[in-house]
Amino acid sequence: MSQPTSSSAGPVVALRDVHKSFGSLKVLDGVSFEVARGEVLAIIGRSGSGKSTALRCIDRLETIESGEITVCGHRVSDPKLPLRALRLDVGIVFQSYNLFPHLTIEENICLAPVTVKGRRRAEARETARRVLGQVGLGDKLDSYPEQLSGGQQQRAAIARSLAMEPQVMLFDEVTSALDPELTGEVLRVIEQLAAGGMTMVMVTHEMGFARRVADRIVFMHRGKVWETGPATILEAPETAELRQFVGSGL
Amino acid sequence: MIATQLGASHLQFLLQGALWTVVLSAIALVGGGLLGFLVALCRVSASRAVRIASGVYVQVVQGTPLLVIMFLVFFGLPPLGINVSPLTAASASLILYVSAYMGEIWRGCIESVPKPQWEAAECLAMSRTQRMFYVVLPQAVRIATPPTVGFLVQIVKNTSLASVVGFVELARAGQIINNSLFEPFLVYLIIALLYFAMCYPLSRWSRRLERRTGYARRQQVVTP
Repeated sequence: MSQPTSSSAGPVVALRDVHKSFGSLKVLDGVSFEVARGEVLAIIGRSGSGKSTALRCIDRLETIESGEITVCGHRVSDPKLPLRALRLDVGIVFQSYNLFPHLTIEENICLAPVTVKGRRRAEARETARRVLGQVGLGDKLDSYPEQLSGGQQQRAAIARSLAMEPQVMLFDEVTSALDPELTGEVLRVIEQLAAGGMTMVMVTHEMGFARRVADRIVFMHRGKVWETGPATILEAPETAELRQFVGSGL
Repeated sequence: MIATQLGASHLQFLLQGALWTVVLSAIALVGGGLLGFLVALCRVSASRAVRIASGVYVQVVQGTPLLVIMFLVFFGLPPLGINVSPLTAASASLILYVSAYMGEIWRGCIESVPKPQWEAAECLAMSRTQRMFYVVLPQAVRIATPPTVGFLVQIVKNTSLASVVGFVELARAGQIINNSLFEPFLVYLIIALLYFAMCYPLSRWSRRLERRTGYARRQQVVTP
């Protein structure tokens, strides 16, 4: 909102030939993909294939060595990028929830809107109530994170991101710490968001979910985009690596 | 010289000394705590220069015996034209000493708040200061309470060094009485008991706090 969003025409997220290494290990080796407004992109691949790193680069939690990343009109690859402007447009949810344990769920959600965006407290509370309703936790306003189940905490974390009204949401293996039942309740929330037209990039191990919700799949292997296309590529993989991955993943 | 018996007036004098021990401890805690908080913030500053400068301060103070700091302040400043009373000298020395130790204790507590908490706050577009004051410090305070109360015991005992600059707190009061009674065992036993009476509740309190904290860390443990 604060930026002239040229993104109404172009892609919301664009990676072009991104390279990154941790020491001698090449984690991203010329990664390129784009995400259009309203699109849901699922990044899949083995552990160590670079998928989480690619996602973290989008929010500048990692810096890259070469290539170009543009997110909502922000040049993320520019070292002088004002990070706060980027983070106002990007929401991210982590595997480990990372709710603030000393604050109630409502306070968790209101903190950034009040301190960062200067919202009035009453207005922020209203937003908190709305987003918590959206994730099915309308009755948990006054609970502390430790009083909630993992699935509830993760949904609260999603609500906290939503309250900042991001242009794009990133999900980093958000169900990997949850049992199948709790996974289901979190995935339903994400599915709802997708249906509501939210632009999303998610790193996931849930193949069935990716197939159902994602508009497009990026399969990463050895730091490269190995295969990409609509969700149907999961049924008819072109590469041996994806065939093997899908075969073992189900 | 007539060696008198230990009487009510002596005990009253000792209790008065004990009261000054408490006052001096309170000054050291409040002053040292405020300065120590600043030291802790400097130790985790984004600026390398500030981190190094505060690190040097901590090392210098921690590497100097409190006794020597007291002598330096009390006897070293008057030749420079600054006259200090025993209370001022003892207070200033203790504040320096406490700030260095508290600063390091609290730095550790700030750094033990899990990194993902910083990251989550950062991703909500909060500034460094906002992250520190709204997210990290409130959690660090909970971690810091038991060791801080534990350190209070050290402060109380270390106030006894103020006797070297002639400040009449509990230890000095005991020396004075012993000089007239010549009953070192009895007098110093009473003094030891009085220190114990002040320190033991603090130790107990610290241990109780230790058992109660820790939920901030529990919550972050995720087994994929």
